[in-house]
Amino acid sequence: MENLLNIFIKSIFVENMVFAFFLGMCSYLAVSKSVKTAIGLGVAVIFVLVITVPVNYLLEKYVLDKGALAWLGEGFADVDLSFLTFMVFIAMIAAMVQLVEMIVEKFSPSLYNSLGIFLPLIAVNCAILGASLFMQEREYQNIAEATVFGLGSGIGWFLAIAGIAAIREKMKYSNVPAPLRGLGITFILTGLMAIAFMGFMGINL
Amino acid sequence: MNNITKEPLFSAKNLKLFTDQLDKNNPITVQVLGICSALAVTVKLKPALVMALSVVIVIAVSNVVISAIRNFIPDRIRIIVQLVVIATLVILVDQVLKAYAFDVSKQLSVFVGLIITNCIIMGRLEAFAMANKPWPSFIDGLGNGAGYGLILIIVAFFRELLGSGTLMGYPVMEKIGAYSIGYENNGMMILPPMALIVVGLIIWVQRSRNKSLIEK
Repeated sequence: MENLLNIFIKSIFVENMVFAFFLGMCSYLAVSKSVKTAIGLGVAVIFVLVITVPVNYLLEKYVLDKGALAWLGEGFADVDLSFLTFMVFIAMIAAMVQLVEMIVEKFSPSLYNSLGIFLPLIAVNCAILGASLFMQEREYQNIAEATVFGLGSGIGWFLAIAGIAAIREKMKYSNVPAPLRGLGITFILTGLMAIAFMGFMGINL
Repeated sequence: MNNITKEPLFSAKNLKLFTDQLDKNNPITVQVLGICSALAVTVKLKPALVMALSVVIVIAVSNVVISAIRNFIPDRIRIIVQLVVIATLVILVDQVLKAYAFDVSKQLSVFVGLIITNCIIMGRLEAFAMANKPWPSFIDGLGNGAGYGLILIIVAFFRELLGSGTLMGYPVMEKIGAYSIGYENNGMMILPPMALIVVGLIIWVQRSRNKSLIEK
């Protein structure tokens, strides 16, 4: 339990997707002009991460890893498919995003309308593939750890985009030097936010 | 078709496809694409160079492939087709790096895989390769890859020089005797936030030089 809490806190604050690894920066910069849309995208990312990370964990464990196919029988015991990782993960993410879109549309039209165009875009958000690849690299022990890591990363990304969107709304009233307006100042603001987040670095439960 | 004069391979128009991407249509600072996998590899110059080279290869080759088969791709499944082409190329690059440059491949860790979701590649496939012939697509791919690599290398140059006092592992600051007159490395440059701020400053410089890029 303590271990899970540790992974959770760490993935939100210390190893924040945006501030420590710059993942999902494209949509982070493009969709952070208003708080409302930023929150919509953030929620969608949490949603997709919580589903894709554990699913990819199972794929890694039972299909891709060296010796993972042993459950199929003796002959498969030393098959190593790990070179297919990228292909399988991205296909799984694209499929999952499509599936999530269909399920949400069916059961909660209001949520579907508010997430709207963001859901399909998420398939090519680097934070999603990045989380799955980090999950593989850090060798989480069981599916609970993988799920908690997915949830934590999603919440961290959500915090980042909601924060920058709120700041950008206020920035409209500031007198920024002309060449820095828009993109430049957003980069510098993100850098400053990242410095603030580094204050969490010492946290270790 | 015979009365159309054949365009030379390096015509002014094709050359412009390349040079535009380096400055006024730069993928990172102007089109705002592909920042995702870019900045984390810029602590040292060497991984940044390898990363830039990998992206140039993937983007140029995938542009050519998609452009060559663009008339056979059904519109509805084009994203999947593009992803499969990119993923295949990235797997090739990853395997080559693991075989011939294992230590750099370890440093780049997940970021080689993240080339797949690099928005520059998807963006150029969608915007250019799907509508143009293979040769211009190739040039466009090279140009975008080079524009991306240029920013990567500038950022990595400053971060490595000011953060660790070395360039490509060569101790520059020590050799010119900066330490003996009281110079200290700026440890801040090695940390992730400075990559963002350095890019912000590059954008500032670029837009001060080229007023047409300034946003309202």
